[in-house]
Amino acid sequence: MILLDRVTKTYGKTKDDATPSLDRISIHVEPKEFVIVVGQSGAGKTTLLKLLTREERPTSGKIIIGGIDYDKLKDKDIPLLRRKIGVVFQDFKLLPNKNVFENVAFALEIVGVSNREIKHTVPKVLDIVNLKGKEKRMPRELSGGERQRVAIARAIVRQPRILIADEPTGNLDPKHAWDVIKVLEKINRYGTTVLLTTHNEEIVNKLKRRVITIHGGKVASDRANAKYKA
Amino acid sequence: MSMQRKMTTLGRIFHTGTINFMRNISLAVAAMAVMVVTLTILLFSLITNATFENTIAQITDKISVSAYLLDTTTDDQAKNLVKELEKNPAVSHVTYLDKAHALQSYIKQNKDNQSLVTAAAEAGNPIPATIQVYPRDLNEVGNIKTALTTPGNVKLQTPGSPSYNGDRKQAIDSITHATNVLRRIGIVTVIVFAIICALIIFNTIQMAIFNRRDEITIMRLLGASTNYIRGPFIVESAIYGLLSAVFSILIINSAFLASSNALQASSLGLLDINYASQYFNTHFWQLLTVQIAIGILIGTVSSVIATRRYLKFKTK
Repeated sequence: MILLDRVTKTYGKTKDDATPSLDRISIHVEPKEFVIVVGQSGAGKTTLLKLLTREERPTSGKIIIGGIDYDKLKDKDIPLLRRKIGVVFQDFKLLPNKNVFENVAFALEIVGVSNREIKHTVPKVLDIVNLKGKEKRMPRELSGGERQRVAIARAIVRQPRILIADEPTGNLDPKHAWDVIKVLEKINRYGTTVLLTTHNEEIVNKLKRRVITIHGGKVASDRANAKYKA
Repeated sequence: MSMQRKMTTLGRIFHTGTINFMRNISLAVAAMAVMVVTLTILLFSLITNATFENTIAQITDKISVSAYLLDTTTDDQAKNLVKELEKNPAVSHVTYLDKAHALQSYIKQNKDNQSLVTAAAEAGNPIPATIQVYPRDLNEVGNIKTALTTPGNVKLQTPGSPSYNGDRKQAIDSITHATNVLRRIGIVTVIVFAIICALIIFNTIQMAIFNRRDEITIMRLLGASTNYIRGPFIVESAIYGLLSAVFSILIINSAFLASSNALQASSLGLLDINYASQYFNTHFWQLLTVQIAIGILIGTVSSVIATRRYLKFKTK
C-alpha cells in the first residue's frame, strides 16, 4: 500500500549547506494497517508526510502509494493522487468562513460530486466523527478536538484507502486528543490504512500498534506493539 | 470525470467566481474604473469613425466629374462614351443629360437668377449636353479624368471639359486625413489604456490570490485541480469586463441623451451628432457585444497571466 525505498530528501542548494532531512529511509506499510510514526521535532516526520502527499519531491529514492509510482507522476496528476489520500493536519486547515457541513462538503465539491450526493454523504460522515447536530457551527465556535474531528471528516468523506494524520493531537488537551485517536481507530476498523505521526508518548503506548521511530532523518526502529519514550 | 461532474464543477467555478467578485468588490472598483474608461474610449472611437466615414461618403456621393460635349457630338457617340465609362471600375455610376435636359437642369438650378435664365433662353440653348461621372471613392477622380482625356474622348468635348469641383475634393481630403489621424489616435489610446487596465487587473488578481492563499493551500492539499483553483479568478475578472462594458455603454447613452436634450445640435464641428446618435441606436447590440467581448478578453487574459504567475503548481 505504502512503499518508501531508500528515500532521501535534502534541503539546500550547494553540497556544503545540504542537510538531509530524511536519509535513505525505507518503510513498507500493508493495507489496513495502523502505523504510528514517532520522533522528536525536526526528526523528519513532517518531511516524510510532505513527500507522501507530494508537496515535495524526494532527492532520491522511490515512493509508491496505492500502486502509483511517484517517479512517473506528472505535476498535472498530483490532484488525482491527493484525492486518493485523506490528510489531517495539526493546525486543522479548516476554512474559517464555512460552517462544519460546508467544510466537509468542500472536499466533495472540488471533485464535482452533486449537491444531492453531498447532502446524503456528509451527515453520515459527521456521524462517524461524533459531530451530529453541529453541522451549522462555524469553526470558531468549536473546541480544538471538534475542529480536528471536522478535519478528519473532511479527510475521509471521499473514502480514501489511506489516511495520513500529521500530529492531529498536537494542539489538543489529553481528553480531546484521545477522542480524535478513537475516531482514527474507528476509521481504521472500517478498512482504511492509517499513518499517524505524533510525539505523544501516552497515545503511542496506549494504542499498542506498529511504531516507526525516526531519528536524525533515519529509521531508528520499526516494531509492532512497541513502547515509546519521548 | 463524467460529463455531469464536469458540468457541476463548471457551475461551481462560476458560482465561486461570482461570490468572490462580490467579496472583493472594494479591490474590483479600481480595476473596473479603468476598464470603463478604456471601453468608453473604444466605443467613442468606433462611433466617431463611423460618423466620419458617413460624412465622407455623403460628400463623395455629391462629387462628380462633368464632361461637356460639343454640339457636333452625336447622341450615339455620347451613349457609347457613357457605356465605356460605366465599364470603368473607378466609376460608381454615370448620368447623361442631352442638350435639352441640360438646359432644363440649368434653369432649375438657377431659378432664382432670372437674368441668367433669360440670357440662356435668348442665346438659343448654349448649355452643352453633359455626362456626369460619379467616382466609387475620392481617389478615383484622377482615373476618371484620365479616362475622359484619351484623344478619342477629348475630341467629343468642349475645350473646358472635363471639370470637377477641386475645392470640394480638397475639403474631402482634409476630412479623410483627419479621420485617419483620429483613427490612429483612437487605436493607440485604446491599446495604451487596455495595457494599463490589464496591469491593474493583474494586480487585483494578485491581491485576491494573496488574500485567499490559505484557502488555495487547502484546496490544493485536498486535490482540487488547477482549473478548479484558477477558474473562479478568471470568472471574477470576466465579470469586471462584463460590468465595465455595460457601464461604458450606459455612459455613452447618457452622453447622447444629454447632448440631444441640451444642444439640439445637428453637428459639432465635423462630428455629425445626429448621425452618431442614430448609428449608436441602430448598432446598439453589436456595439454592446463588441464591448463585452473586449472587456471579457482583457479581464481573462490578464487573470490567466496573473494566475499562471502567482499560483505556483510545481512541486519542489
